Amino acid sequence: MSALEQFRAETRAWLDANCPASMRTPMPEDERVWGGRNARFKNPDSKLWLERMVARGWTVPGWPKAYGGGGLSRDELQVLKEEMSRMGCRSPLFSFGISMLGPVLLKYGTEEQKLEHLPKIARGETRWCQGYSEPGAGSDLAALATRAEDQGDHYLVNGQKIWTSYANYADWIFCLVRTDTSTKQGGISFLLFDMTSPGVETRPITLISGASVFCETFLTNVRVPKGNLVGRLNGGWEIAKELLQHERGMISDIGKSIGGIVPDVDVMAKKYLADADGRIGDPVLRDAVARHVMDDRAFSLTMRRAAQESEAGTANGGVSSMFKLFGTEQNKRKFELILKCAGTHALGWEGAPFSEEELTLCRTWLRSKGNSIEGGTSEIQLNVIAKRVLGLPD
Amino acid sequence: MNLTLNDEQTMLKNGAHEFFKERMPVKALRELRDKDVADGFDRALWAEMAALGWAGILIPEQFGGADFGYKGMGQVMEEAGRSLAASPLVASAALAAPLLLKAGSDAHKQALLPALANGEVLLALAHDEAPRHAPTRIATRVEQGAQGLVLNGCKTFVVDGHVADHFIVVARSSGERDARDGLTLLLVDAEAPGVSVTRTRMVDNRNAALVSFTDVVIGADALLGKVGEAHGALTAALDGARALLAAEMLGNACEAFERTLAYLKLRKQFGAVIGSFQALKHRAAHMFCELELTRSAVLGALDALDNGHADSAALCSLAKAKACDTLELVSAEAVQMHGGIGMTDAEEIGFFLKRARVAQQWLGDASFHRDRYASLMGF
Repeated sequence: MSALEQFRAETRAWLDANCPASMRTPMPEDERVWGGRNARFKNPDSKLWLERMVARGWTVPGWPKAYGGGGLSRDELQVLKEEMSRMGCRSPLFSFGISMLGPVLLKYGTEEQKLEHLPKIARGETRWCQGYSEPGAGSDLAALATRAEDQGDHYLVNGQKIWTSYANYADWIFCLVRTDTSTKQGGISFLLFDMTSPGVETRPITLISGASVFCETFLTNVRVPKGNLVGRLNGGWEIAKELLQHERGMISDIGKSIGGIVPDVDVMAKKYLADADGRIGDPVLRDAVARHVMDDRAFSLTMRRAAQESEAGTANGGVSSMFKLFGTEQNKRKFELILKCAGTHALGWEGAPFSEEELTLCRTWLRSKGNSIEGGTSEIQLNVIAKRVLGLPD
Repeated sequence: MNLTLNDEQTMLKNGAHEFFKERMPVKALRELRDKDVADGFDRALWAEMAALGWAGILIPEQFGGADFGYKGMGQVMEEAGRSLAASPLVASAALAAPLLLKAGSDAHKQALLPALANGEVLLALAHDEAPRHAPTRIATRVEQGAQGLVLNGCKTFVVDGHVADHFIVVARSSGERDARDGLTLLLVDAEAPGVSVTRTRMVDNRNAALVSFTDVVIGADALLGKVGEAHGALTAALDGARALLAAEMLGNACEAFERTLAYLKLRKQFGAVIGSFQALKHRAAHMFCELELTRSAVLGALDALDNGHADSAALCSLAKAKACDTLELVSAEAVQMHGGIGMTDAEEIGFFLKRARVAQQWLGDASFHRDRYASLMGF
């Protein structure tokens, strides 16, 4: 048996012995574990599952062991992913620390910063939020105006962030601030600070779906120790852009998991429109459903091809923008199409006679509209592809 | 599923790229048209292609072929698509020869496959009877007569029918129109009494023919497979050719896209290159994404065919549908973005548009394949 096969056998056995039965079922949104100082575990099994995975370093299986990771190789990571997916194991921990901050801290952080923050992320003890967008800096992110002034031993931060996901639950924030007003991209720095610092105030924003996942975050004379600067002073833009690549990958995944609560288009179309023999009677909708599931398939083949090309070292640049663009647009099309198939049954806001699934469908449809705005709009992704991949001039 | 190329396939692709660029550029197609060459293709160049092994890529070595598989053949097709190379590669090598391989007896294979592999013999499938691809809509009949089987009917859009030495004819031996059962395959000599072939000139300057059969007497040795049971082999051969035609269309679309991109970086209006305008950039980026999806679908189908994937029918329909939609988009945008010059016969971009529409119709367009995919998926 090769070392990798050995690893697969051990992994399978360990998961089988340690993953609680309820953690092998599809996860309702409200059982998602985000960790942090005020972590909530609606299902007690999810706490047990998190603790067991933490002990093994498998909340961040690819990170070095010194920082709380599992130290797995690329091949081992793939095996773990396959085995977890085979068994239907839930992710034990969702965290912007894992998906966004961690990778850039590993690359740009000092040893001290890594040792302070990464193990807490790995153990789910610190919940992070992202201080990027501002009221006047959305797609034009580098226009951000939140200022950090050098006060000798600390920076004094003043300004306002917006679309800060779960800021009201987060323990720490990674934040883009302006440290030089004479240049645009070259005057941005990357700061970390505690959300309980005096002068930090958050206010949830109610979305069209009725949910409040985003906040406005007000920063008034917040004192941030100088040791919390990541990378160079005024060198934050490079880090910010790299982190966005990780975010885009995460959003196309989250888009899928958001979409994943609601069954696939063909399943829903059959449910509402099928004739006795299972065929979708309406020929126009049937054609639209076929187009959609075929595009899904072509997209999943493209992701597989990109992974294979990346392993073979023949990868094409710009794929993260393409995946963000197509994944989110496709998710929006999915909901619009299901709405057409389900008719007024998909348009209930609350109560009878609508089923839970139908009510979720309506709210999720509304939420999906944000997929192509957050993390860089579709229009920005098209700009990035035109410039970086196609070489079209500004 | 492997969606990348191995070293052998990469070499094949690179070799084909050089060959078509040097020997069969778009200019060669223009010359065939302007000189009104009767065959519609260059036999000397076809012999060169055969010498490179391409006529027999899908034919097993025991019958004189190269046996490089569908993914290998797909690479040659894609490169042929880039230069709009006119040859019997799809009609004879990608469609009719594999059908003979699937449905024919050992005697048929021994008699024809080696000559097909070396390019000396050309075979065409006489199938469609309606303006739109409809594989079971067959009125051509084969019936028992006094001297044996007798064939009567008329076939349209028989690609390369005017140069074929033999036809594989799809005829109805029983059943109603559109029935799957009752289809029979017959190998018919193009010179046989009662066979009439008329070349049709298509917009892409390639060839198809009207072929009619009037009381054609068929020997028992002309039957490919069992009477009335052709549907399985026919569908499998059509699927292989659909994936390969999709590969050709991918090459066409990639070339048209790259030429357009180059033009966007060259043409100046309002004091700027037009490729700096966001209205054009976004459309170009959208086309890039569609081309990437199409490439994945084509590779998925080719890999499935080589490995006998259980789902290869659906993947072939996916590849052809995606290639149709993407090529329709790219070829139309290519002309639009070239502006007035794109409307002229002197500029080559129009040739890509013309080939695009013929290739879209051949072997089923996007809506045909979406309908088929939906049926295969049970809705």
